[in-house]
Amino acid sequence: MSRMNFHISDYCLIRHQKIFRKGELLFTGTEQKPVPFFTEAYKHFGINYPKFYKMDSLCKLGLLASEIILQAKDMPCRGEDIGIILYNAASSADTDRVHQRSISDRETYFPSPSIFVYTLPNIVIGEICIRQKIFGESTFFISEKFDPHSLYEYVSQLLEENVMECCLTGWLECEGDNYDGALFMVEKCTTIEDGIVNFDEEKIKEIYSQ
Amino acid sequence: MEQLIAKLKAEIIDALNLTEITPESINENEPLFVEGLGLDSIDALELIVLLEKKYGLKLGTAEEGKKVLRSVKSMAEFIRANNKG
Amino acid sequence: MPKVFVTGIGIISAIGSDAESVRNSLRNKHSGIGKISLIDTIYKDEIPAGEIKATNDQLYELAGINRKSFLTRTALLAIIAAKQAVVHAGLSGKSLADAAVISGTTVGGMDRTEVFFKEYLKNRSKGKIREVAGHDCGDSTERIADYLGISGFISTINTACSSSANAIMLAARLIKQGKIKRALAGGADSLTKFTLNGFNSLMILDRQQCRPFDENRNGLNLGEGSAFLLLESEEITGNKKILAEVRGYGNTCDAYHQTASSPEGHGAYLAMQQALEVARLNPSEIDYINTHGTGTKNNDLSEGIAIQRLFDSGIPRCSSTKSFTGHTLGAAGAIEAVISILALQDQCIYPNLNFTERMHELNFSPSSEYIPDASLQHIMSNSFGFGGNNSSLIISIN
Repeated sequence: MSRMNFHISDYCLIRHQKIFRKGELLFTGTEQKPVPFFTEAYKHFGINYPKFYKMDSLCKLGLLASEIILQAKDMPCRGEDIGIILYNAASSADTDRVHQRSISDRETYFPSPSIFVYTLPNIVIGEICIRQKIFGESTFFISEKFDPHSLYEYVSQLLEENVMECCLTGWLECEGDNYDGALFMVEKCTTIEDGIVNFDEEKIKEIYSQ
Repeated sequence: MEQLIAKLKAEIIDALNLTEITPESINENEPLFVEGLGLDSIDALELIVLLEKKYGLKLGTAEEGKKVLRSVKSMAEFIRANNKG
Repeated sequence: MPKVFVTGIGIISAIGSDAESVRNSLRNKHSGIGKISLIDTIYKDEIPAGEIKATNDQLYELAGINRKSFLTRTALLAIIAAKQAVVHAGLSGKSLADAAVISGTTVGGMDRTEVFFKEYLKNRSKGKIREVAGHDCGDSTERIADYLGISGFISTINTACSSSANAIMLAARLIKQGKIKRALAGGADSLTKFTLNGFNSLMILDRQQCRPFDENRNGLNLGEGSAFLLLESEEITGNKKILAEVRGYGNTCDAYHQTASSPEGHGAYLAMQQALEVARLNPSEIDYINTHGTGTKNNDLSEGIAIQRLFDSGIPRCSSTKSFTGHTLGAAGAIEAVISILALQDQCIYPNLNFTERMHELNFSPSSEYIPDASLQHIMSNSFGFGGNNSSLIISIN
């Protein structure tokens, strides 16, 4: 059975104080640490969404990346038909640590509910969905490193089975001072326009390594 | 009372990460939830933690919580009534 | 596309350390929720939970593993349940080695990490580093593969309370697509101070036994446990005994709030509807719903409204077995799938404990008694997670 062809209609890379969209450098920040850099970018892109400030670092990264892909245009399909499939290695470790610290000492025991809600990696999916009004299927996988093969196989299958019409997918990692965001919008386009590339393992690898 | 209200506004902004909001822009008589600042259920829980952490006051029930957290003014009055401000 | 059959099940929870004992507890209304005795928490006299009354040493024994192995409680529970499923299915040798393992967990090895961390915070030279070797979510999945001699595809999912339901869904999909022939799919989570304190800060823990779908419900009880299904493609099961079929599944995002569900149960409604579409069933063909039913004001209302909207005047019997096991977080989807399979085998409805008064917003009540001779063919099992990750499974027999 020949595989249907899908396309990467958009992608965003966030790493080393830079933000790229479809290969074009959109922003270079001055802040080195993740959260100050994400805040710098948030302000630069004029994103008006105060809930951003409540999010943990992983959610801020995800919100930024998805906003950059979806801000400038119409949604490629209905909210119910967009799915989100994400991967990382560290899960929500940064926030887990903060929560753990807050309950470790009886003297300074003050667990924060707004920290605890972020001690799950899939909350970033929830935040993106709330912002963009996306209701489709979503999963968050934990894997040692970015695996273009698994991503390609799984997302293709979901699109082929019509579980979703488009998929926001990629790698979102934020741990300590390190962050690495690579988000792709994969669609079932029938016409190839400028900047739309084939969705295949090689292309994913190539884009991720840019 | 005014000093306490000013202090509370700053503490609320800090606790709830309301980064783009200034203390001056918060009206102490306005509802904190639904309208006004439009805070949500997690924010409510954080305010409960704030009252305990900064003022040593524990809220007993959800009902009590609703009344006390209605506005900055009602929070300040609750603190004063318990001789903590 | 081939059907996805269940040929083995394994389970360990507060109401029993295998399918038989779980079944007996359910029939006899023996809840596993009670006082916490194995964790040294400030809440042990205050917050009831579905704790498995076995120390880690006892779990090592049950698993048949040397206790010098430094396994986390989550990994131990996972290995115990996974092993049961494999033995039940009569799987060994090469056919076992080629199986996939897909597991859901939220806590991972936090049970050991939190012990290490406390020591480490006080003194950087304290604490055994081997305690944290099993911290990450992928560890328990890998341990299952190690101990069972599996070298096939493995994957770990963490989507909060729907994790193991999603693991089952992923496994079923991979089998239908012919990518794999068989898989161990399920999940595990252990009770920890991390989650006890976290959920307590959200003020959604009941200080009493939870009362799912009751007008006066006041929150959930946490639980722990593990369950696994051995799933096999119709193409290879031959004359093997088939326990059930994973017939339908759906996953959607509620897109409302990080931890609360939308008042109209939008995501829940869509997930259940999708599961019916995949299963090619009408709502009227569902005989029983094992609800997510945590006992929180929010979930039960949201889920109840969604059920009413979808099933209209033909609402099936339903119950929440979290009133027995507590909310086992990442393991809940799989634990409740196994319980649903037991219900199909015994053709009975397990009760929703602690129910006395119908919720005023709803026009239905859960089944509060054990009902034998229930005539069941299709069961729907719901698992709705934080982040609005909503999953629904449909499990059937012929």
